[in-house]
Amino acid sequence: MGGSTARAAGCTVLHVDMDAFFASVEVRRHPELAGTPVIVGGHGNRGVVTSATYEARRYGVHSAMPVSRALRLCPTATVLPGDLALYEEVSRSVMALFRSITPVVQPLSLDEAFLDVSGSGRRLGDALAIAEHIRSRVHDEQGITCSVGVAGSMFVAKLASTHSKPDGLLVVRPPEVMAFLHPLPVGALWGVGPKTEDVLLRLGLRTVGDLAHVPAQTLQRAVGAAAGRHLHELSWGRDPRRVVPDEPDRSTGAEETFSTDVDDPQVVHRELLRLSERTAGRLRSAGHLARTVSIKVRFADFHTITRSRTLAAPTDVGQELYDTARALYDALGLDRARIRLVGVRAERLVDEGSAAQQLELGVREHGRRDAELAADRAARRFGAGAVRPGTLIRPAAGGGGRP
Amino acid sequence: MKFRVAREVLADAVAWTARSLPPRPSVPVLAGIMLDVEGNTLSVSGFDYEVSARSEVDVHATDGGRALVPGRLLAEITRALPPHPVEIVAEGSRLSISCSNARFSLPTLPVEDYPSLPSMPSAAGVVESDAFAEAVGQVAIAAGRDDTLPMLTGVRLEIEDDLVTLAATDRYRLAVREFAWRPETPGLTAAVLVPARTLADAAKTLTSGPEVVLSLSSGTSGEGILGLSGKDRQTTTRLLDAEFVKYRAIMPSSSTSFATLPVGMFTDAAKRVALVAERGTPLRCEFTPGTVTLKAGGSDDEGQAEERCDVEFDGDPLTIGFNPTFLLDGLAAVHTERARMDFTSALKPAVLSGVEPERDPDAAEKPAVRPGSYRYLIMPVRLPG
Repeated sequence: MGGSTARAAGCTVLHVDMDAFFASVEVRRHPELAGTPVIVGGHGNRGVVTSATYEARRYGVHSAMPVSRALRLCPTATVLPGDLALYEEVSRSVMALFRSITPVVQPLSLDEAFLDVSGSGRRLGDALAIAEHIRSRVHDEQGITCSVGVAGSMFVAKLASTHSKPDGLLVVRPPEVMAFLHPLPVGALWGVGPKTEDVLLRLGLRTVGDLAHVPAQTLQRAVGAAAGRHLHELSWGRDPRRVVPDEPDRSTGAEETFSTDVDDPQVVHRELLRLSERTAGRLRSAGHLARTVSIKVRFADFHTITRSRTLAAPTDVGQELYDTARALYDALGLDRARIRLVGVRAERLVDEGSAAQQLELGVREHGRRDAELAADRAARRFGAGAVRPGTLIRPAAGGGGRP
Repeated sequence: MKFRVAREVLADAVAWTARSLPPRPSVPVLAGIMLDVEGNTLSVSGFDYEVSARSEVDVHATDGGRALVPGRLLAEITRALPPHPVEIVAEGSRLSISCSNARFSLPTLPVEDYPSLPSMPSAAGVVESDAFAEAVGQVAIAAGRDDTLPMLTGVRLEIEDDLVTLAATDRYRLAVREFAWRPETPGLTAAVLVPARTLADAAKTLTSGPEVVLSLSSGTSGEGILGLSGKDRQTTTRLLDAEFVKYRAIMPSSSTSFATLPVGMFTDAAKRVALVAERGTPLRCEFTPGTVTLKAGGSDDEGQAEERCDVEFDGDPLTIGFNPTFLLDGLAAVHTERARMDFTSALKPAVLSGVEPERDPDAAEKPAVRPGSYRYLIMPVRLPG
C-alpha cells in the first residue's frame, strides 16, 4: 500500500476499523483457530453471518449472508455463536484508547470510529504517528488488528481505511485526494447503494472520476436534487462533515428472532426474561439506569409493533425490566398470534451516578439488584450466562441461538 | 311505569349511579341504569360485577315497574334538562322523558338479561360520614394505580372492636389512619382489602347524611363484599383477594430527628421549588436548626430553584430528597396547620403527621374527642453524588 511513508500534512481525521472484529476476538479466544476460516453467526435455520475471518471471506463468505449458505461456500469454516458481551467489552476498551488520544471520537458501531486529531498533534506527533500508535496499541492490548485511514475529511479517511484492509494504514493527503478518489468505482462513495449505483452505471458512470466530470445538474436529474449535489461534492473530495463526539447512549436493548415462529406465551415470556436480563447487564456495565422500558413484537407477517411504559423509578435491574416488559406484552391481549421476533429496550437512560433513585418501602437492602450484580461478577469470571434465572436453564442440547 | 319527579333530584340520583358504570361494558346490558318504581320510591341502580350503586328518591308514581335504559345517555339528558318537573313513562320497549317543552324517547334494554345486584351484606358498624370521608381520602392517595400489582391498588380496612385502621401503599409511601366507630357487635375483628378508587369515590359522595353504615361479607359467607350505605344511597364493591403488606413492620418505631413545619408556607415553598423538578427528579430538603432549604434542578440544562422556610428542627442537620408529588400529597392530607416530620436517616422513611393545635388549658369547653392519628410515610429519593 503506497502512501504510508508520506507525512500527513493537512490530515486531521482518522478512521479506525477493526479487521473482522467479532471473528478476530473469537480467534484471540481460540488461538487454535488462527489462520482458519471462522464465521460468527446465529445458529438455526435463520442465522446470518455477523462476522467472518479473511480466511473465510476468501471463499466468498460475507456479513449478512445466511450461515447455511456460508457453509456451502466454505464447508471447513468453524461457526461460533458469538458473545456480544465480550465484543462490547473489547469495543469499550478500544474506544477508551481512542478517547485517551482525542476527546473528539465518533463511534459508528462497535468496531469503527472517526477520530479528529487536530488538537493532539503537539502531544503525540502528526496524524500518521498517531495512526501508527493506535495500530500498535490495539494489537498489543487487544490482540487484534485494525486498519486506519488518515485524511483531511471523514469520507476520504473511511475510504482509505477500507482500501488498506486488512491490518493496513493509508494516508491520503489533500493534494493526493483526486488521484486516490477518481479511479474508485462509484459504489465506493458514501450514499451510493445498489439502486443509485445501477442508475449511475446505466449512465455509463463507472468511476468517481466519471462522476466528477458530469455537470452537477445532469447528476441531479438522474438521482435527485439532494443526492446529486451530494455526489458531485464528494467526487471532488468535498465533505463538510466534522467528527462529532458521540452522545451518551439514548437507549440499549436486545431482540431475538425465533428459529421458528412462536405462539406459546410461556416461550415469549421466557425470551422476554432473557432479553431483559441481557439488557440490564448492559445497563449496569455502562453505568446507566433506564426510565422507560419498551418491547417490540414482530408477527409472522412482519407486522411490527412497539409498546413502552415509563417506570416509577429508573432501574438497571433485569427483574424490573422483565416485569414491565411482560406486563406490556400481556396487555397486548394476543390470542396465540404467531410471533417471529421479540425485543426489549431500555430507553431514556440516565447515568447511575447522577440519577436520583426513588427508594422503596420495606425492601431488603440486599435485594434483587445485589443478586444481579453478583451474577455480573460471576459472568466476568466464568463467562456470560454463568448465573441466570432458573427459568432460563434448559437442557444443554436445547441451547437457544444467540445473535 | 309512570312517575313525576323534580329535575334536580332525578339528575343527582342518576349522576351518582352513572359514575360506577363501566366505560367499556363486558356485556351491553351493563351499560344500562335500572329504574325501578315501587310505591312512591324510585331506585336508580347500576352494576358492573365489581361495583354496584343504588340511589333512592321520592317520586309521584302513577304506575310501578322497571326499565333498563342506556346509562350515560340518561345521565347526560337529565343533567341537561331545564329546571322543571320531569315526567317519565315506560311505553312498550321505549322510555319517554318529558320536561317542560323537551321530550325524549329512549330505547330500553332487556330487563330480564340484567344481573341481579348483590344483596347488601349484614351491617358491621356505623361511622360518622364526614370523618369517614376524610380518613378514606387521607389514605387512598397513597394507593397505587398500577393494576399489575392488585395488592397496591387497595385500601386495607382493619376492624378491631371500636377502632378502624385504614392503610394503603404504592411501595413509595404508606398512609395509615385510625378512627373510632360503633361496631354492630362488640369485639368485632376483621381485615379486608377494598379497591382504593371505588372506596374513595364512595366515601366522598356519601356525606349527605350524618352517618355511613359499613356492611361486610367476607371469606366464609360467599364472595367478599363491602357495602356502604349513606342517606338514600348505597354501594357495594367486591373486595380484592390479595395479601396486604405487613405495614406495621415498616413503620419506624423511633426517630433521630424531627421537624415541625407550618404546613401552608412549607407547601407553597415546595410547590414553587418543584416547578423546576422535571419528572423523576427529587426535591432536596436541607434541614438545619430553625430552617429548611428546599432545592430542585441543578444540572446545566435544567432550571434551578431554591427557597428557605422557617421550621423547628431538632437533631443533627439532615439533607434528604423526596419525590415532590409524594411530599405534596402528604402535606395536603394532614389537614392541620402544623405538621411534624420524623427522620431516621436520609435513606430511611420519613414520617409525616399532623400536629394538633395546643389548647388553652383555661378554655371552658371540654377537649374534643381525639380525631384519630394519621401517619404518612415517604420513602426518600437517594440523592446523586
